[in-house]
Amino acid sequence: MEWSFLLVQALSGLASASSLFVIASGLTIVFGVTRIVNFAHGSFYMLGAYVAVTLVPWLLEFERSPTLFFVGVLASAIAVGVLGVVMEVTLLRRIYRVPELFQLLATFGVVLIVQDLVLLIWGPVEIAGPRAPGLRHGVYILDQRFPAYELFLIFVGPAVLALLWLLMHRTRFGVLIRAATQDREMVGALGVNQAMLFTGTLFLGAALAGLGGALQIPRVSASSQMDLSIITEAFVVTVIGGMGSVPGAFIAALLIGLLQAFGVLIFPKITLVLVFLLMAAVLVVKPWGLLGRPDAAAGRAVLPEGILDPGRLDRAGKVLLALGLITVLALPLVDAYAVKVGTEVLILALAAVSLNFLVGNGGIVSFGHAAYFGLGAYGAGLLVVKAGMPMEPALIAAPIAGGAAAALFGFFVVRLSGIYLAMLTLAFAQIAYAVVFQWVEVTGGDNGLVGVWPSRWAASREVYHYLTAVVTLAAIVFLRRVIHAPFGATLRAARDSAQRADAIGVDVRMHRWLGFTLAGAAAGLAGGLYAFSKGSIDPTLLGIPMSVDFLSMILLGGIQSVLGPVAGAAAFHALKDFFLPLTDHWRLFLGLSIIGMVLVFPRGLAGAFASLRRRPA
Amino acid sequence: MTLLAVEGLTKRFGGVLAAKSVSFALEEGEMLAIIGPNGAGKSTTFNMVGGQLRPDGGSVTLAGKDVTGLPSRALCRIGVGRTFQVAQTFLSFSVLGNVQMALLAHHGQTRQLLPDAAAMHRDAALALLGRVGMAAQAGRPIGELAYGDVKRVELAIALAAAPRLLLMDEPTAGMAPFERAALMALVAGIARSERIGVLFTEHDMDAVFAHADRILVLVRGEIIARGSPEQVRADPEVQRVYLGHSGTRAAGRARRTTHG
Repeated sequence: MEWSFLLVQALSGLASASSLFVIASGLTIVFGVTRIVNFAHGSFYMLGAYVAVTLVPWLLEFERSPTLFFVGVLASAIAVGVLGVVMEVTLLRRIYRVPELFQLLATFGVVLIVQDLVLLIWGPVEIAGPRAPGLRHGVYILDQRFPAYELFLIFVGPAVLALLWLLMHRTRFGVLIRAATQDREMVGALGVNQAMLFTGTLFLGAALAGLGGALQIPRVSASSQMDLSIITEAFVVTVIGGMGSVPGAFIAALLIGLLQAFGVLIFPKITLVLVFLLMAAVLVVKPWGLLGRPDAAAGRAVLPEGILDPGRLDRAGKVLLALGLITVLALPLVDAYAVKVGTEVLILALAAVSLNFLVGNGGIVSFGHAAYFGLGAYGAGLLVVKAGMPMEPALIAAPIAGGAAAALFGFFVVRLSGIYLAMLTLAFAQIAYAVVFQWVEVTGGDNGLVGVWPSRWAASREVYHYLTAVVTLAAIVFLRRVIHAPFGATLRAARDSAQRADAIGVDVRMHRWLGFTLAGAAAGLAGGLYAFSKGSIDPTLLGIPMSVDFLSMILLGGIQSVLGPVAGAAAFHALKDFFLPLTDHWRLFLGLSIIGMVLVFPRGLAGAFASLRRRPA
Repeated sequence: MTLLAVEGLTKRFGGVLAAKSVSFALEEGEMLAIIGPNGAGKSTTFNMVGGQLRPDGGSVTLAGKDVTGLPSRALCRIGVGRTFQVAQTFLSFSVLGNVQMALLAHHGQTRQLLPDAAAMHRDAALALLGRVGMAAQAGRPIGELAYGDVKRVELAIALAAAPRLLLMDEPTAGMAPFERAALMALVAGIARSERIGVLFTEHDMDAVFAHADRILVLVRGEIIARGSPEQVRADPEVQRVYLGHSGTRAAGRARRTTHG
């Protein structure tokens, strides 16, 4: 390899790093002040690109000058900043005090809404942007041609860093941002207008994302998939750098840009995996990121969100349960379609209960539970398709695959807590997704694998439905039992006060790891059953939207109850199955419903049911 | 036999020497108080003994066994119970459930997947609650209790592991004055009758001088005085740097009211 080639590779790594920093700096500033991890940050980036590919060509009609190009880019950033303000005023303001799981879900609702709106306004076809006047040529560096625009991008990152530094240290607004990042309550106590501060922060954060998107238009076409791909990278940058730290984000973006530029030379297929491995390594050594700080302990005890006292079922609960059971068993009397939906509901209910075993019972907010579901499906599916094994051993392999992956990832995950933990589970899920997506020879890549059919005796829909019913209900009953058992109680105890659990002799990390593994195995079992019910597997089973579906189910069902997630899975899946064929805009509806759920009944169906019954007649 | 022997414990935070060669010993059934102004290194010393902080130098010996730097879950298993300055309990559990949880951990049953946790160790938990006077409240959620009662339950949790040594970090912090005296009397009674050694830090001089058998005075990471309450109260150095005149009078008053 020649030096000149390596140099150009390094320069292009720096250019990506620079772009990544511009985007991630906005995310980290917003998190520092509001303590909300804003999934919609990727949507702001996408909107920046779309606004720019609309606005900049229009401006260039007047005159093809570099000035007008950059005026267009800046105007796009400001327009997106205004959208950030709209989001803060209409949504975020109402959810600053709700648990972080709900905040994540609500901002993901915004992601879904924006995706549909973008499709509605700009259509499904990618839009290529104009090239920047004056920066269209190539520059020769040691005989290698390097695009001038990329060279320009290298300087944008440091320039934004310098401007942010000036803003943070020379203006009152910036000083308040830094103060709020360190101690939000104290800033409130000093009589600062919090509403203005938060709105301003969202403007700044969204504008930076919009700027990042607008600057990309000469390099990449605007498409409706750019939001989720960038948000994962931006999450990784902020987590490695330390959430809330702008210089940390800068260092992390540099590390990742260079890692990707050189990693692609050595391991062309698994650059994404390299990035996440870097993140895992950093978090094990420095759990709060390179320049991050642990959240100042509030110093007061608050009742945790989640299962409080897993009390006995009362009579109404038992009646509901019996009705549900009869419905499940009677579905084959209705029609084939009802059986299909019923089978899926049972499988998803097991996945949701296994997730709530972590979230509700253990306080471990996993944002990547679909990984274990999907790996279970792939574990079973590969055995059938590639190894020619029958269904029975494949169904035994599914929980083993899910559990093994959860044991491996969980080893790192349980070292963290709160939002860092959620981000790491998300990152690991993305690794699993990337591996399945890119390892085409084995997994079939994007297309997945077909031909995952049950054994002959279970081939009919009805028999498979009853098989699924027996397996999932047994697993759910088992998980419920574990929640009531000493192990479940210990997980709740560690959630309530890790310090106290430690002082009574509990190895908190070990128990959380075992719990994570158990939940992963249960999700894997559900995934295996799902594969056979569909006859095929594909990477969407491991994707972020699938994880969000599971979270929506437990949110809808109520994370405070043991069996609420079952009701949540049934309601969620039935609604989705009903509405999906009716509309082209199901994302819009799903997004609005998630936000509605977070705002209207944060305690879910089970909570609504309980409060209805408590009310005197 | 000496229950706890601390030799030359040292801890440095950057340029600050938070504890400088701190040494002391504690017998079974004895109550030893560590007092000193804020920032004197009380909590640092305390956390090094309790396993929350690893000392830079020195040793901690429990009943002849070197336990320096062991994590607190390991210390718990060899007989060290602990209460915290801000009471740490399991907020989603009932009062009874909190003590049951501690008993499950003490019996090494936390990994059992099938039995019903709510039915285990009920009687033992009720008995422990009885000892701290909280049996009547057993069924209530712990979040509903007055803070002084929470501290009592925390004591029962610590006692569930049948400790030989109790570490209590400011046991009466945040409590109403009448609750303080009652809690300290309860602790002293349990310690003497069951031969449990108690090491505690405290800002409330009434509690210290009324119940401690011996007192250590820590200033800037160093022990400047040690001895019986009378000796410490009379020490001119202690009066100068810590107690002041009103503090000295209060200390004398506390001693007289309790011991006649």
